[in-house]
Amino acid sequence: MIGILKLAYKLLVNDRAKFTALLVGITFAVFLIIQMTAMFAGTMKRASATVINLGASIWIMDPAVQTVAQTIGMPDYVLDAARSMQGVSYAVPVYNGGALVKLADGAYQYVTVIGLDDTSLFGRPALIQGKIEDIYGENAFIVVKDPEFTKLGNPHVGTEFQVNDHRGVIVGIAKVASSGLFGVPTLYTTYERALQYLPNPRFTISYVLVEPKSPADVIRIKQQAEALGYLALTKDEFSDRITNFYIYQTGMGTNLLIMTVMSFIVGLSISGQTFYTFVLENLEKFGALKAIGAKSRELVFMILFQASFTALTGYGLGIGLCVLLITLARLRLPDYAALVTYWNLALAFVMVVIIAGISSYFGVRKVLRIEPFDIFRG
Amino acid sequence: MPDPAIKAAGVVKWFGEGEARTEALRGVNIEAYFGEMLYVVGPSGSGKTTLLSVISGILRPDSGTVSVEGSEIWKLGSDKLADFRLHKIGFVFQDFHLFPRLSTAENVAIPLILRRMAWSAAIAEAVKYLDVVGLKNRADLPPVKLSGGEQQRVAIARAIVGQPDILIMDEPTASLDGDTGHAIVGFVKQNILNDKRCILIVTHDDRISEFATRILKMADGVLTETAKGGPA
Repeated sequence: MIGILKLAYKLLVNDRAKFTALLVGITFAVFLIIQMTAMFAGTMKRASATVINLGASIWIMDPAVQTVAQTIGMPDYVLDAARSMQGVSYAVPVYNGGALVKLADGAYQYVTVIGLDDTSLFGRPALIQGKIEDIYGENAFIVVKDPEFTKLGNPHVGTEFQVNDHRGVIVGIAKVASSGLFGVPTLYTTYERALQYLPNPRFTISYVLVEPKSPADVIRIKQQAEALGYLALTKDEFSDRITNFYIYQTGMGTNLLIMTVMSFIVGLSISGQTFYTFVLENLEKFGALKAIGAKSRELVFMILFQASFTALTGYGLGIGLCVLLITLARLRLPDYAALVTYWNLALAFVMVVIIAGISSYFGVRKVLRIEPFDIFRG
Repeated sequence: MPDPAIKAAGVVKWFGEGEARTEALRGVNIEAYFGEMLYVVGPSGSGKTTLLSVISGILRPDSGTVSVEGSEIWKLGSDKLADFRLHKIGFVFQDFHLFPRLSTAENVAIPLILRRMAWSAAIAEAVKYLDVVGLKNRADLPPVKLSGGEQQRVAIARAIVGQPDILIMDEPTASLDGDTGHAIVGFVKQNILNDKRCILIVTHDDRISEFATRILKMADGVLTETAKGGPA
């Protein structure tokens, strides 16, 4: 069978014009599918950046919260209640809000401020400069060195700025797993300082971050939070909730779906037609093979192999092209939100398999119907 | 009298239904023997190609029997029939049907590749047969770089590379000029025909009749007379 597949390979590859057209079609389709979904995945990761960076196992919040940035303040008793829930190892408050920072040059820059629990500093970022205990110092803030960092004028330890007429000073530079969605720099400080520096409504706790004693306690904690009138989500559930918000509430999901379907149709149209033409042009030859003694299933294997080989080659090229584009984009835009995930690759693979399947289906039908007698008859 | 290589008895084949029904073969009886170069001649539409197709196992007759080397081929299943064609029959098609994207040697090697021979061994064997037909130095060229006569030789090499007992040639001179066609058929008789092989040729080219062992005439689906040699 290897010889027959090699025969199929040579018939395919030696027809360079057709093979190139097939590859272009599939590569382009894969590129579009992966690029679209990668941008979506990257955007969603950014949207869940705070959830990822703080790393808490369970988040207690107001049930109306849809995204991590859209906080609804909770009264202090929620924190006390959380700490007294069965199955809770510990619970801490976190503040998540926005502020306008006045830089030394007089420019203003919007920032995200995260106030960590004063006692534990739970969720603190890894520092690349400075010491974490300096966060307790007067007016102290830690700045995250992400693609938005430069918007604060490339600050360093000791750089001063103003927040709501309060003096702020950078005491550390941190790195985080994911930068945020909205293109603004992030500052960390303590919970209490965040409340002092930023204007706040009556209820100030953005989220209560909870660590369960064991994984089995998660359900119990969720039930107790619900009984309290609040919502407890694991970090994965919270990320999913954020993703679902963007998919179903913003039209982003519909756009993604449309683009993916269009990519699929483009790939199917180009590849399907080209492959069908390829089979039609070789139909007499397949008939001759049948007359010589090739079995129908061997011809089917040949066509399936040709379709699969083209599809997989195009799939690889499409991935490569996508990665190249993302890499080039990041050279220019370090904050470019695109993330190639296994999910993206699997989706594109399924699409490619369908394209190859449909393309070869019509070819196979033709080849199975060709009668060797037609070759004799001419 | 030796056993016939091919024996067809009462072969009937029709195409179409009802008013459009046409009888292509009307109870044809034919025997062909090893060492024989048998021509079937006749006007276009007389049923020559249909007869050849029925005998070679690619077109099922509506009635009658076809035996090759004593085995009735139309009792075989489709896979066995494909194997029969692959191992017993060599085809030379009127339009050659060479693969333009393969080299000459690769074209010739196709029957061996279908027999699951390793690629390199099949190519090496194909080159030997290209040598037989005088085209060894063309082994790496694609068929489109060859003349019509050379392409015909490649087709012959492909037909005989598996050493089939029966060689079927459909209008072997139709695509060639007179001299080349004459030379090709003469070459086949001199180099390919032997006492273990039977060659059936469908043609209406009188210029090559000198090479035939027997010539059978066909008209309206019936073998009408023997133009040369013994009975059908």
